[in-house]
Parts: sequence; structure tokens; C-alpha cells
Amino acid sequence: MTATQHITEELVLKGIPASPGIAIGPVLLFEKHKPVVNEKDIKAEDVDGEIERLRQAIDRSTKELSKIHGFAKQKLGEHQAKIFEAQLMILEDFVLFESIDKRIRAEKKNVEFIVHDEIEKYHRVMVLSTDEYTRDRALDVEDLRNRIIRNLQEEKLISRLEGSPVIVSQSLAAADALILSRNAVLGYLTEIGGVTSHMALLTRALKIPAVVGVRNVSAMVRNGDIIIIDGYGGSVVLAPKEETIRRFQEKRDRYLNFEEKLHGLRDLPAETPDGRRVELSANVELPEELEFVKLQGADGIGLYRSEVLLLGGEVFPGEDEQYERYRFLADTMYPKRVIIRTFDIGGDKMMAEMAREKNPFLGWRGIRVMLDRPELFLEQLRAILRASARKNVGVMFPMISSIKEVRRAKQLLEDAKAQLKARTIAYDDNIRVGVMVEVPAAAVIAEDLAREVSFLSIGTNDLIQYLLAVDRGNDIVSPLYQEFHPAVVRFLRRIIERGKENKVWVGMCGEMAGDPLATILLLGLGLDEFSVVPHVLPEIKKIIRSVKYRDAKKIAKQVLEMQTEDEIKKHLSSLMKEKLPDVLTGD
Amino acid sequence: MIEKDVTVRNRAGLHTRPAASLVKLAAKFKSDFLISKDGFEINGKSIIGVMTLAAEQGSVLRLRFTGEDEVAAAAAILELFDRAFDEPT
Repeated sequence: MTATQHITEELVLKGIPASPGIAIGPVLLFEKHKPVVNEKDIKAEDVDGEIERLRQAIDRSTKELSKIHGFAKQKLGEHQAKIFEAQLMILEDFVLFESIDKRIRAEKKNVEFIVHDEIEKYHRVMVLSTDEYTRDRALDVEDLRNRIIRNLQEEKLISRLEGSPVIVSQSLAAADALILSRNAVLGYLTEIGGVTSHMALLTRALKIPAVVGVRNVSAMVRNGDIIIIDGYGGSVVLAPKEETIRRFQEKRDRYLNFEEKLHGLRDLPAETPDGRRVELSANVELPEELEFVKLQGADGIGLYRSEVLLLGGEVFPGEDEQYERYRFLADTMYPKRVIIRTFDIGGDKMMAEMAREKNPFLGWRGIRVMLDRPELFLEQLRAILRASARKNVGVMFPMISSIKEVRRAKQLLEDAKAQLKARTIAYDDNIRVGVMVEVPAAAVIAEDLAREVSFLSIGTNDLIQYLLAVDRGNDIVSPLYQEFHPAVVRFLRRIIERGKENKVWVGMCGEMAGDPLATILLLGLGLDEFSVVPHVLPEIKKIIRSVKYRDAKKIAKQVLEMQTEDEIKKHLSSLMKEKLPDVLTGD
Repeated sequence: MIEKDVTVRNRAGLHTRPAASLVKLAAKFKSDFLISKDGFEINGKSIIGVMTLAAEQGSVLRLRFTGEDEVAAAAAILELFDRAFDEPT
């Protein structure tokens, strides 16, 4: 496929740092969506068990596909939905499954092997067909086979890794990263993908170093090769020399030391020496992170990405299941506040099957999906409301671009309240409602939005992408994605000012909130809440506690007059070096 | 056993929808139903099998029916081919 050679002499490659930390260890090449199927003999008495497993995997696959199919049909039209229809029909193909059952009984082999082998017979013929339509169906058949096998292997995937490897892959779905992370993975390296992909967010949440965007790298390494990935700067070293390994080990230890020193700050407030107190909270995806979040001294959870509940399956969890998860968050953090963002699906944050839109980032995503599916939305709103009974929960709507959407979402929230009332279930009638400001239109109408809600939370990742027309996941243009572009800075000032004029608090839950280089600027612009990935929390707190609000405001004023990102970054870097020499601000 | 040759008449060929109608109809009969094209034979009650045929418009298929209701099965299925699966020809 590629002429790239196996690299045996030290070679440094440059990628995009996606999750901080340094990993040094053996490579494990991971192939996406191609479950490994081993042929195994089974005992005669296990035959019925194997067939039962198959039946369950088929049920589960049918459930998943029916949901996707329903969704696709309503939104993408009958034509696009056909892809799933064909797969659903194959799941009902009794001729196929009868012959699989027969073979399991006759050959006494594990069900994964027989399913793979039997479907492969058809798949092979279709792949070789001269008919384009049939070749396309071969992809469906392959998808379906992988789906069944995945459902057969769900629990087995987890125990598949041995040792502590650095995973190297062409790309990783968030679900893959999540499943792999249950093992002792040292780090992730992928060929494609950007820093805002769900996989990158997930590795950061899990505190596993990751570098993305290193082309062809999987062809340059073999399983077991020692590799270094530097998630701070984005370097990758193949076949490192002894002395390089030592150098990176030292760098790793230095960083870890600094992080340890920061722990002393845990119980101190995020307050400037001249008394400006801000809220410093954490972005959270997984319940496993909560203990760490508390250890880091967070004031609360500023963003819970509820769509992680959808990872690993396309079936929407019901009201009760969601309620359990939300209540766990609220109870664990009580009396601190938890802000739950309603499902933000679409963009790159939905199963690949959904993303058949030409331009998903400008398509059906966030609140748009939920307003089109009021029954799903009501289910989620009821679950959130139920978890709010102890009054420490807020709800936030993503991808808002108009007042109409906010009003409609608020109306549905009222409907959900009425439904709970009718069931005499407790909830917080004064639950705080906020919106994400991540579409430029929302920034422009920030004052109107502020009159409808009790808080605004700026989602910088999308806001910057939309404002600068740069897809950060596209590594050809990703250097044009600039957090410190003057347009971004001025836009932020506008949102914060308009919010404050209308007496709502303004927070930020995008990545910029956790960038140490941006802290003084954001503080000076008047931001009320910083919601950051848990691992940077002490660092941001240290910066806030070291700078006078008065000075930060002056600095922000200077920055607002600058005309290039370079100028702004240089200015902020030199300030940081002068005031806080031990804080790490990237390269 | 009944053996018949048929031509696929609809423009789109034996794609998913007609394949599904064919399989569903065949399932109503007890008889075995095999389809072969260019020497490649599949079970006509299996959707994945019919999909592998890649039968475009104009393809000639050999149908074989074996069983107690083979006459009725053959008549019903030939009629479906004759109607071109109710699709444009």
C-alpha cells in the first residue's frame, strides 16, 4: 500500500499534540474495525451455549441497526437509509444463520470463527464483482459481520491487550480508545484525526498521552518496536537511541514533579491576590474521573458531555438509565454544581454510520438533532430534572444558533417538568439553564441569549472553527486554527461583556479555558468560570492565584489592540516567562 | 423438480428491494429454491445469497424448485420476475 520502510535508525517525526504526557514503550499496531477472529475448538456440551451467544449478538445487532435505520430514514431519507435496510434483512436471513448453526454443531468451532468464515464466502464473491452496486454491498456485508462479531466479543476485546503498549493506528474511534483504555495503554499515536476529535478529548480525559496526525506512521513501525510520543510538543521518535530515551525520561520526570508540586493548591480558591474569585471547574466524560476531579480541587463540573452515554452502541439509553448516571454525578459532587450538557451528537461525535452528511459540522448536530427528536429530548430532560432534586444540577444546550431554539428547548424543559409533576417525582423547579456559545451567530446575539438563560458557556473549539472557517481535524489547514487570532479575542470580549451586562455569568468550557497561555487574558476579559480538563486544573489555579485582576485587565486591553496571533502569543509568552517561569506553556 | 430460465427485466437489476421481495415470496413455500447464474448457485431464500448474484438488467438466471409445492412456488416467482418486481424496465 505504501512504499514506506520499517524504520530502524532513530527518526523524529512531528505530529499534533492531542493529550499531554510522555509515553515510552513498545508499539502495538491497532487495526480499526477489523475484529481479530481466532479459530478455536469447543466442547460438545458448549455448542448450545455458543448458539445462544450468537442469538444474543444478532438481537443486539438488530436493535442497534433498527435505531440507526429509523434515524437515518427520518433525517437522511429513504434512499440513504437503504444501507441499513440491507443489513437488517441479512440479520433475518434464516438460510445463512441455519447454516452457521449447523456448522457450529458439526465442526465444533467457536461461533466467531464460523460467522466470520461463513459470511466471508459471500463477501469474497461480492468484493470481486464487476458490478459497482454489488461491490458497495460488500462493504455493508463487512460492516454487518464486524458488528455481529463485535457484539459477540464485547467483553473479550478488553482482555486482548498484553503488557503496556503504545497504540499506533491509522485512526481510532472514540469507542475504540475507550475500550482499549481499560488496559494499561501508555499512549496513542494516530495517522489522521485532529485535536478536537472525540478520541483526543477522550485520551485527555483519561490522562493518556496522545499524538495525532503523523502520516504513514503505522507502516514505519512493527509490533514491539520501542517508540516515544511526546503529547506536550507533538514529537514522535521512532527507534530512539539510548540517550534519547534518557532525555525523554528526564523530561517526563520533570513534568511529573511540577504536577506534584501543584497539589498543594487543592484546597485554596481560584482567587487573584486582589480578591477576584472565579469558578474553576472540570470537564468530565466518565464517572471514573470524578475521584480525580475532586482530588484536583475543582469547584464543580462545568461540562458533563452526556453523549458519552451513547459510546459503544447506537441505542439511546432510556430515562431511568440516564437518570442513574446523572444522579451518580450529582451525588458524588454534592454540594458542588454539575452542569449537564444535553446530547451533542453530530459533527464527529456520532457513530460513523450517522455521518452521511456532506458537511456534518454544518449539518444536523447538537440541539438541532434533539429538537427534531422531541421524544428523545424529553426523555433526557426528565432524567436530568430527576437528578436535580438536590438543587446542584444545571442543564446546558449545545449548538444554539437562534433565540427560537432556546425558547423551544426551554419549552420542552417545562413540558418535561409537567410530566414529572404528573408522576409526582421530585426535581429542581429553578434548575439553572444555560446555552453554549459556539456558533458565531450565538456570539452576535449574546445579549438576547443572556436574557433567556442564567448562564453562557463558551465552547471555543467549535467557535474558533466556525469563526475562522478552519476544520481543526483537517491536518492540511489545522495550523490556521488559532486560539489567539485577534478576531477570536475580540469575539470573546463581546460575549463576556454582553453576558455580564445582562447579569448572567459567562464561562468557558472549550479547550482554550485550559490553555495556561490564555489564562491571564481570559481572566482580564472578565470570564467568570473556567471549565477545564481535570489534569490542568491546578496549573490554571496557580496562574489565577499569581496575577492581580487589575493587571490582567490591563493585559487584556493591550492584547485587544494587537493585530496578529504571533504578536499576541509572543506577548503572553514573555509575560508568563517573567511572572510564572515554572508553568509549562507548550513548546 | 421444475427448472426455468428467466431474464431480469427491471432497469436497476436485482438490487436490495427486489431481492427482498423475491426472498420473502420464496419463504412462503416449502419447496427448496435455488438460483444459478453463470454456473454460480445460491439458495433463493437467502438475501445475502441473492445479493452475491449481482444480477443486472438482462441477466439470465436459472431457477430450480424442488418440493411438494414446487408448481405453485414456480408460478408465483415467475410471475414476480414477469412483473419486473413492479419496477421500471
